[in-house]
Amino acid sequence: MFEIKGLSVNYGGIEAVRDISLSVPAGSIVTLIGANGAGKSTTLRTIAGLVKPKAGKIEFEGEDITGKDPAYIVGKGITLVPEGRRIFPNLTVLENLKIGAYLRNDSIEEDLERVYRLFPRLRERSWQYGGTLSGGEQQMLAVGRALMSKPKLMMMDEPSLGLAPLVVKDIFSIIERVNADGVTILLIEQNANMALKVADIGYVMETGQIMLSGKGSDLINDEGVRKAYLGG
Amino acid sequence: MDREKRNHLIRVFVAIALVYGLVAVLEFTLRPTSIIFTVLRKGAIYSLVAVSMNLLNGFTGLFSLGQAGFMLLGAYTYAILTMPTAVKESERVYRYYDALIHFDTGVLAGLIAAGLIAAVFAFFIGLPVLRLKSDYLAIATLGFAEIIRAVCQWDVLGPLTNGANLLREFKDLSRITLPFSDIPFPPTLFVFIVVGICILLIVLLINSSYGRAFKAIRDDETAAEAMGINLFRHKELSFVISSFFAGISGALLAMFQYTVQAQQFRTVLTYEILLIVVIGGIGSISGSCIASFLYIALSEWWLRGLDMGTFLGINAPDLFRSGFRRLVFSVIIMIIVLFFSRGIMGDKELSYERVRSFFKGRIHRKENAR
Repeated sequence: MFEIKGLSVNYGGIEAVRDISLSVPAGSIVTLIGANGAGKSTTLRTIAGLVKPKAGKIEFEGEDITGKDPAYIVGKGITLVPEGRRIFPNLTVLENLKIGAYLRNDSIEEDLERVYRLFPRLRERSWQYGGTLSGGEQQMLAVGRALMSKPKLMMMDEPSLGLAPLVVKDIFSIIERVNADGVTILLIEQNANMALKVADIGYVMETGQIMLSGKGSDLINDEGVRKAYLGG
Repeated sequence: MDREKRNHLIRVFVAIALVYGLVAVLEFTLRPTSIIFTVLRKGAIYSLVAVSMNLLNGFTGLFSLGQAGFMLLGAYTYAILTMPTAVKESERVYRYYDALIHFDTGVLAGLIAAGLIAAVFAFFIGLPVLRLKSDYLAIATLGFAEIIRAVCQWDVLGPLTNGANLLREFKDLSRITLPFSDIPFPPTLFVFIVVGICILLIVLLINSSYGRAFKAIRDDETAAEAMGINLFRHKELSFVISSFFAGISGALLAMFQYTVQAQQFRTVLTYEILLIVVIGGIGSISGSCIASFLYIALSEWWLRGLDMGTFLGINAPDLFRSGFRRLVFSVIIMIIVLFFSRGIMGDKELSYERVRSFFKGRIHRKENAR
């Protein structure tokens, strides 16, 4: 469904991503793990169209979407839950969700209902400003906002960042529920343990290159991965 | 929920009707030279331009300082278009040039053209300028406003703009009539109606999905872009619309002043408006309106005595002489900016509930004190 072939990206004066290839089958959860500065976020930002690649090809449902602008890519059904959540603090929860559906012209009621069913907390707080929510609620809002664009592929950049362990657990169960709803997920994580547990396929990234790939359950038992990312 | 909304709308409608009724009553009872009319007219005109600036600075997060330039374009467009052809062809206004334009339009056409010309210029200025961010954008728009003013005074454009000389005898506020008749129309009410319609349009825009996108851009550009909002197109839209209304307010200012000269549209004018926006609260429409009436009332009326020798019954011509008003005014502004940095309204709007809870709070406090 989604493929990257030989992607290289220059970002901030360095070659942040070097000749990576990966593929995401429809309906799966794919995770990209790696340390800080490995180039994971740059990869996601490039797919979302926020950064232009130097070389390589990005294909979605057979169409070449390399270097297209973000609005086009969102319209195609790829959406990004940005790192650090980045909800709009001075908009209400409802307004935040509506912004997620900005490019759509059809009725959004059904999807609003779906998001509220997924996150009952958001319904309770729909008139509250985004900035007044707790970290976990903000992450729910960020996911809900992304879902409002009716994505086929949802990319998540470190959803567990800065959240309490219990909340992280919630977030991962949400990811699985969203996936069960038929949304393909590309997940970036430093929390490799959790990510590999839910993922069908995992890629390990280091200094801009993909070093290792395989089934999530295989990687979690891999000696090298355990040493580097799972604390022995 | 729906009933609440309906009640809210009814209250807003009644409040607005009261304001307009009051203006009409004043207009038919007081002397037309009363200072109140100066305050009301200028306050309303400044409200419009302050709200248009708030659309950019408060709702879209673009720190632009080009307002005076777009007001100038509006004022000149209006003055040139509505000046009667006979006046243009005589020596009365265009003394050193032969007027280029040989037709004249009505008041409404002039106002709309004023907005459109300002909007067209904003569109082209926006193309390069809106790629800049924060302070750089402010400097660039400030620069363009000054360029517009300088070009306007340029000798070569004399047949159009009358160079650095005054434009006058156009259709100013004393010449407003009911459409298709010679029956005079109350000028202050006219200003209020035009300003009211314009502000209503801005409010509708802010509450539309475009307005939501503007606010999203203000809150977080990257996230807005990731949601598929085209940053440049929306910034350009906000800039052009804001300038359109700045142009109309410039035209109204020309009508109010009876004369137009490029010299009046200096950077100081933009700063005045910025001040009003800050005092009213960045991101609050009603705040901008309240602040502009307060500002005009203070500077044109209440503090006038500071320049004239007598203030609050104290006669001290040595202290209260020309220029002292400015000093006091600056101190007041400093106090406001230091202690009320979020302005009168913050980013909230004036509402019945807010006024009620404000007074309730005061009564409670008094009771507690007792």
